[in-house]
Amino acid sequence: MNMRTQKVVIVLLCIGLWQVIAFLANTRFLPGPFEVGKTLVELLLSGELLVHSLVSLSRVVAGFLLAVVVGLPLGIVMGWSKRIENFSVVIEVLRPIPPLAWIPLAMIWFGIGFHSKVFIIFIGAFFPVLSNAFLGVRETEPYLVEAGRVLGATDNEILKKIVIPNSLPSILEGLRIGLGIAWMCLVAAELTGLKSPLGLGYMIMEARDLGRADTVMAGMIAIGVIGYIMNAALKWSEHKLVRWKSDHT
Amino acid sequence: MITLENVTKSIGDLKILENVTFSVDKGEFLCMVGPSGCGKTTLLKCIAGLRNYEGEIFIGGEKSVGISKKIGYVFQEFSLFPFRTVKGNMEFGMEIQKNPQKEREKTVENLLDLIRLQGFEHAYPHELSGGMQKKVAIARALATDPEILLMDEPFVSLDAQTRNMLQKELLRIWQKTHKTIIFVTHNVDEAVFLADRVMVLTKRPAAIKKEFPVDLKRERDRTSLDFVGVRKEILRELEVEYVE
Repeated sequence: MNMRTQKVVIVLLCIGLWQVIAFLANTRFLPGPFEVGKTLVELLLSGELLVHSLVSLSRVVAGFLLAVVVGLPLGIVMGWSKRIENFSVVIEVLRPIPPLAWIPLAMIWFGIGFHSKVFIIFIGAFFPVLSNAFLGVRETEPYLVEAGRVLGATDNEILKKIVIPNSLPSILEGLRIGLGIAWMCLVAAELTGLKSPLGLGYMIMEARDLGRADTVMAGMIAIGVIGYIMNAALKWSEHKLVRWKSDHT
Repeated sequence: MITLENVTKSIGDLKILENVTFSVDKGEFLCMVGPSGCGKTTLLKCIAGLRNYEGEIFIGGEKSVGISKKIGYVFQEFSLFPFRTVKGNMEFGMEIQKNPQKEREKTVENLLDLIRLQGFEHAYPHELSGGMQKKVAIARALATDPEILLMDEPFVSLDAQTRNMLQKELLRIWQKTHKTIIFVTHNVDEAVFLADRVMVLTKRPAAIKKEFPVDLKRERDRTSLDFVGVRKEILRELEVEYVE
């Protein structure tokens, strides 16, 4: 059996197990895979799922891009400059605060609209993006920098032509982790979305109010599948961009 | 070609170099041997302009300040840029100097010939053996046509066969390019095989202990009596340094 078939078999086994448990539990609060699948197809066909997904995606992309625009240059500068490196203390204190704990502040600062959600997602993605860029730059071997220096490169050229390309694997990994966490913050962020009745998180919360476990599970599956696809896409582009690393060939 | 006058270097209270004074002639192959950790690398980095120091260093008659175009450097570590191909590594210095593309291509081609790695220009460092990486590192240092090559224990992490092979290669490159070379090693056999002159350093703070001209015909036979004789003398001098 090759890897792919093995993976398919494992997924089928999990669905089978789910079916058995749902059958034994025999309650509408734990629907089986067929029921959830039916709901999923209905949501897909009605276009409802697509709309919720697109709205959610737009928020995640906005928050994530903001995190990249702020976090990436900051991480690189912090890793490069000894003086700014000391700011990492502040970051080490902020980092352990879960994005969820920022929700009350986000509501006070930004209300319950788009900005508030983007802010939560930003917080989630910001730290992995920043710290991976920081570590990648700071851990550049000193002899690579000196090799550039004896070949006549200025500080600026060393940063652009040596340090950043050399940190690229770490930077890209930070982006991937950041996007993953941003996506995981989605439901939490959309909890603050009383104003707009759109987004996967909102769909899930509404279904909960109605006691519709099948819709809740369909929404969760949608989040899982979209997250999986995003991760796979970024992994693939990492692979393409960092062909020079031995563990990528 | 190179003259050092009373070069002294301290880091805090720790004195690493003390009044190092010597000259190297144009086209000469000088080897420096000394106990591990004695400051050989620091001395080389001072000459390269990578460290500051007290005293004066003259390169080609001019007082050296900072990095000099006349110097190429080969590191102890595997220091190729891992994200650049063989060709990309060789081109780095020429890119910095903004040499035209055509000239770069030509130089890379010549250097690949020189180090006998034709066909590998598009390989990444991790795809090369240790010995091949070292050759590319030498070629990268030669690409901007410096007059002087500083080499810091370049073959230290290689197996004995590769090491002997690279020593021969280096001599061939040296005879072809007529560079002035300062080669640091703690391997006396290597020093006697390569050098016109071997300089023994004291333990830290490094100073020049004694010089040995090596008047043996190349290619040298490591097992000949003359060769072993020179080795013996140098080893004796070094041993004293370890015991003291």
